[in-house]
Amino acid sequence: MAERFTKSMARNIYLGGSAFFVLLFLALTLDTQVRAMPERDNRDQLTDQVVRGKHVWENNNCVGCHSIMGEGAYFAPELANVFDRRGGGDTETFKAYMNAWMNAMPTNVPGRRQMPNFNLTDEEIDDLSAFLEWTSKIDDNDWPPNIEG
Amino acid sequence: MKYESQRVAMPYFIFALVLFVGQIVFGLVLGLQYVVGDFLFPEIPFNVARMVHTNLLIVWLLFGFMGATYYMVPEEAQTELHSPLLAWILFWVFAVAGTLTILGYLFVDYATLADVTMNKLLPTMGREFLEQPTITKIGIALVVVGFLYNIMMTALKGRKTVVNIVLITGLIGLAVLWMFSFYNPGNLATDKYFWWFVVHLWVEGVWELIMGAILAYVLIKLTGVDREVIEKWLYVIIAMALITGIIGTGHHFFWIGPPEYWLWLGSVFSALEPLPFFMMVIFAFNMINRRRRNHPNKAALLWAMGTAVMAFLGAGVWGFLHTLAPVNYYTHGSQITAAHGHMAFYGAYVMIVLTIISYAVPIMRGRPYGNSNTAQIVEMWGFWLMTVSMVFITLFLTAAGVLQVWLQRIPDSGEALSFMATQDNIALFYWMRFVAGAFFMAGLIVYLGSFFIKGQASPAEEVRGPATQDA
Repeated sequence: MAERFTKSMARNIYLGGSAFFVLLFLALTLDTQVRAMPERDNRDQLTDQVVRGKHVWENNNCVGCHSIMGEGAYFAPELANVFDRRGGGDTETFKAYMNAWMNAMPTNVPGRRQMPNFNLTDEEIDDLSAFLEWTSKIDDNDWPPNIEG
Repeated sequence: MKYESQRVAMPYFIFALVLFVGQIVFGLVLGLQYVVGDFLFPEIPFNVARMVHTNLLIVWLLFGFMGATYYMVPEEAQTELHSPLLAWILFWVFAVAGTLTILGYLFVDYATLADVTMNKLLPTMGREFLEQPTITKIGIALVVVGFLYNIMMTALKGRKTVVNIVLITGLIGLAVLWMFSFYNPGNLATDKYFWWFVVHLWVEGVWELIMGAILAYVLIKLTGVDREVIEKWLYVIIAMALITGIIGTGHHFFWIGPPEYWLWLGSVFSALEPLPFFMMVIFAFNMINRRRRNHPNKAALLWAMGTAVMAFLGAGVWGFLHTLAPVNYYTHGSQITAAHGHMAFYGAYVMIVLTIISYAVPIMRGRPYGNSNTAQIVEMWGFWLMTVSMVFITLFLTAAGVLQVWLQRIPDSGEALSFMATQDNIALFYWMRFVAGAFFMAGLIVYLGSFFIKGQASPAEEVRGPATQDA
């Protein structure tokens, strides 16, 4: 680097640049969280059951195999839109599907990927279904591109 | 080694390498489960092995960063470490807590683990990379606070160099951002938004400060180039890292609920994120060209060049490949993400830790100019085997990802293949990735073998005038 460009100039770019972008990021976070998200994340439907379902999701480390809104592991199908894919967008159909699915695991088909049986109660399965249904309704800029996730 | 207390870095480095071996063993388990789905089922389901693989990585990198810090800070500050005893106590606390957590993952059903660690009181578990029981998270926070106290007391009483300031800034950032791991609202969209404050702002933010500081330190030592020059580069690199990387967080906000302006902000700023990594390449090669000495530790020099190049490829190029929103719409959460993740973590953070280990461990073992030629050659074989294997792992995962996008994401609903049908179609690439992974393991064994070869190198040869006193 040219001699005219001194170390203190470099330091000032670092301090000024990072301070500016930290503040900008905080301002954008405020706008995102306070103004935009309430319109997009369907929080008026966020019931106690949905929150209980989220804890079922977390306590069984579902994200260790599946992705949800594209985040997680890539070993098993995306589940943010499973309500639409397997439940056809209908709450009762989806609950029935989930109950049958969770109790049928593991398939024990030799050589195939296996999902453990998490021994969930019917109520826990309903909570989990409510969580996944709620998640499917977050406005996520139309991701994924198709029903397969 | 100029200060006796630097030696406390040694247990940190050794334990880091032990965990590294564990990480790769579980990587191989996962690689095999991708193609032999019921391998080790139900004893070690995929989610458990993955949690062990990723958590071991995070923990051993933290051990590596701490070791690097304990080694560098006293020498930079020109004073003994504030409290070597505290460093030893924290080592054992962290090592025992980390080991217990991993054993908990392996031998206790996760829901039971959540139950017995009273996750209910402050639910933080079950989120990617943040699977640790809340009690472990608190433990990590306490260890880091104690560590920062020790380091800052050392740095404050001595010479304040740019390397120390940048390193400590990065570590403080690491500690502060860790606090977001305790925030887990019931609203998944909010949860995800702040989850990235830990994950993105660590690896694409403050960790780059840590990496830059370690690279700068090693280059000062190996090349003998004037510190003024190196420090100027360091400031420019970390400036670029934060200027691009902070708003670059937006590339994670495309499809998880935040508003559409993030599509633009995330795309533009993260497209610039390769810049700091590119500058690290220019920086490393430039300093080596302008070297004032031929340091006999050639292996350390190879790691320093390697980490700059591989970080640029893995974090920079492979990141850019899928960071623009219109591309990411199709690639998000596919094997392309996995490809990028593997090479970026290896290139930037695994290799920078192995760089400082390669430089510092021989000195701590009483070999000030590095290991013997034979040992260095074996170490370099380890370097090439691991690095080339990682390139192939990345290429095979990229091929798998491109096919996955083509089969599963691009066609319309009704025509697209299902997730599992797609996985069957791309199994060949998973097999090849597994073979590349086995070669990586072989490289790791060769690398570790180099530590057991006796002898040391002879003193450095000065070129182009005397090296600076710092070197």
